[in-house]
Amino acid sequence: MTSPDLVVANVAVPGRDGLWTLLCAAGCVLELLPHDPAAAFPDARVIDGRGQLLMPAMTDAHTHLREPGQEWKEDIASGLAAAAGGGFSNIMCMANTEPVNDNAAVTRLMLRRAAEAWPHGPRLFPVGALTLGLAGKQLAPMEELLAAGCVAFSNDGEPVADTDLFRHALEYAADLAPVIDHCEDPYMGKGTGANEGAMSARLGLRGQPDVAEALQVARDILLAEYLNAPVHLAHVSCRRAVELIADAKRRGAPVTAETCPHYLLMTDAALFGYDTMAKVNPPLRTDDDRLALAQALREGVIDILATDHAPHAAHEKETPFEEAKNGITGLDTALASLWELVRMGQLTPQDIALRFAWRPAEIFKLPHCRFAPGDPADFCLFDPEESWVVTTETLRSKGKNTPLLGQSLTGRVLLTVVGGHIVHELARPAAF
Amino acid sequence: MNWPHKDLLDVSQLSREDVDVVMRTAASFREINSRPVKKVPTLKGKSVVLFFAEPSTRTKTSFDIAGKRLSADTFGLAKTGSSLQKGETLKDTVLTLQAMNPDAIVMRHSASGAADFVARRVSCAVINAGDGWHAHPTQALLDLFTLRGVWGDDIVGKTVVILGDVAHSRVARSNVRLLTMLGATVRLCAPRTLLPKDAKALGARVYHELEPALDGADAVMCLRLQLERQEAGLLPELREYARRFCLTKDRLALASPDVKVMHPGPINRGVEIASDLADAGNSLILDQVASGVAVRMALLYLHITRKEEGGAA
Repeated sequence: MTSPDLVVANVAVPGRDGLWTLLCAAGCVLELLPHDPAAAFPDARVIDGRGQLLMPAMTDAHTHLREPGQEWKEDIASGLAAAAGGGFSNIMCMANTEPVNDNAAVTRLMLRRAAEAWPHGPRLFPVGALTLGLAGKQLAPMEELLAAGCVAFSNDGEPVADTDLFRHALEYAADLAPVIDHCEDPYMGKGTGANEGAMSARLGLRGQPDVAEALQVARDILLAEYLNAPVHLAHVSCRRAVELIADAKRRGAPVTAETCPHYLLMTDAALFGYDTMAKVNPPLRTDDDRLALAQALREGVIDILATDHAPHAAHEKETPFEEAKNGITGLDTALASLWELVRMGQLTPQDIALRFAWRPAEIFKLPHCRFAPGDPADFCLFDPEESWVVTTETLRSKGKNTPLLGQSLTGRVLLTVVGGHIVHELARPAAF
Repeated sequence: MNWPHKDLLDVSQLSREDVDVVMRTAASFREINSRPVKKVPTLKGKSVVLFFAEPSTRTKTSFDIAGKRLSADTFGLAKTGSSLQKGETLKDTVLTLQAMNPDAIVMRHSASGAADFVARRVSCAVINAGDGWHAHPTQALLDLFTLRGVWGDDIVGKTVVILGDVAHSRVARSNVRLLTMLGATVRLCAPRTLLPKDAKALGARVYHELEPALDGADAVMCLRLQLERQEAGLLPELREYARRFCLTKDRLALASPDVKVMHPGPINRGVEIASDLADAGNSLILDQVASGVAVRMALLYLHITRKEEGGAA
């Protein structure tokens, strides 16, 4: 047997009793043993996992890393630093850069930047534009993008209004890679950042109704079924969309869907006082929507979690609400913030492993670790008891735009391993 | 009493006692406005910036006169020709204003929450003269002052109809908050396209037809209809709006015999209110303008002369 070079001893594993020991060699899992192997591993780095949870490293199917073109918000190096610190091994980044990622040159630039900054990962998987310039007029060269390293296509943020063109995009992409769609009616309350309801009425803000999201969810479901072409629905935020997806799945429609930690943890009550940190698109909705999403995630109606990590500079949020940019930075805080739902009994650690690590990697055909022999050694160690404060210093992302800023979270990623390489290890006091 | 608020952002921050203080102070200043020499030295040496990032003639003039009658120096700053039009952020504009050390900033802005945004960043008083669709507290206070002039101090049990474009109206939102806090019943009346989707959340009764809304009403506040609502597809045309919702003498007969008619101005005669009604004896429209100066004098006075807790003025 190959001798291990990385060992995590005496660690808890979600859904399994007792303490386990993980043996890795040459970037892969050798074995996950249900006991402490008496043998010593003189050639291995041995990590004591007591008090910690061994989680598969996560795949984030929805991030904005802003490079090229908007490096004052984030760049690939800082975005991947946040990913490593947050426990992610795979990061998919959207195409709304400047220039747009609608050709192989931009895709290659992104991959080169990632390789330079983080040669051992987290791995970067760009999402190519669905249409040229995200303009919704002409299909992007999808095979060229795929060959250069893209793993999916999306017009994220600029959903294709022309239904006939979107139909052709789904048809054309069906033989290449999955299409991700940001569902938002192009006319109804576009870009408002507030849910239409009692809160927007009181604050005097133009609201985006949940119907604006559900209308395009319905459109996409109908097209996916009619064409038998898969579509992945990005950042679902409301009950109406959940109900449409549940019906579609009962019929066997080829749709998958994601939601984000902030839709599971917050409502539009966070807008009180015009807090621009809580401005995001789709907007934070109501408690009824929040509960529907958590249930849908447990039942698999919603397949995966994604952050929609959307970093912005401080001055882009330090404006009146209507002028503020949409988006919440999420890679640093995703796992720790979700643990609140674990403590409340709304999600289990297994739910998170399934919905944030395994299923997204399956949908987009990315490497992932189920701790079976031969799987890539992609995992993180999570301390569910450690509290930390979200500050501009503890966030590795350049984007400090989160409503969690200043709050204390309980649960922290201590170590992240990608392909057997330690890409993040929290500096501990010597006495620890 | 010492005024407890650094800023006036909306009426929702005020207690009943605060409202009484504003009303009593305004009543004491009203008399100045009818003197031959309409000026007192109360705020001599104080400076007030009138920062209007959205077009305004009436409110800005009203504050300007209010400040000058109290001997404050007032400085106007409009969006046109200002650095805001040159792309300066609101944050930088207000930090610049703050550095000039005014005693109060009176501001109007097209974004809901803008006054709150500014108030958090400056140490001087900020008086909200209208932020987006959110709040227009000085209008609500002057409307109350006007109504108390005819009804007396107690407005409990009175029914006030707010008629017109509620969805886009900061006047409506502030008036609902203030009137309901003081025990009046408020009815909102508009076509559904000019009401927020959850209009009931504002705390009033909602009507989509004028006749039942007017039944027994003690006052009707008409709102200005912005002509661009028609272009945005919210209305077929102004004539059709007037057919359904224009306040006319015939319709007003359904209200209480002593009903009062109000309008924050500027009026579109024949659209939201019939021309003869605007000039009729039960119209309070010009009383509102006069009240505006007295109420704004009171608000400038209260905010500028307040003493910080445990400190000097």
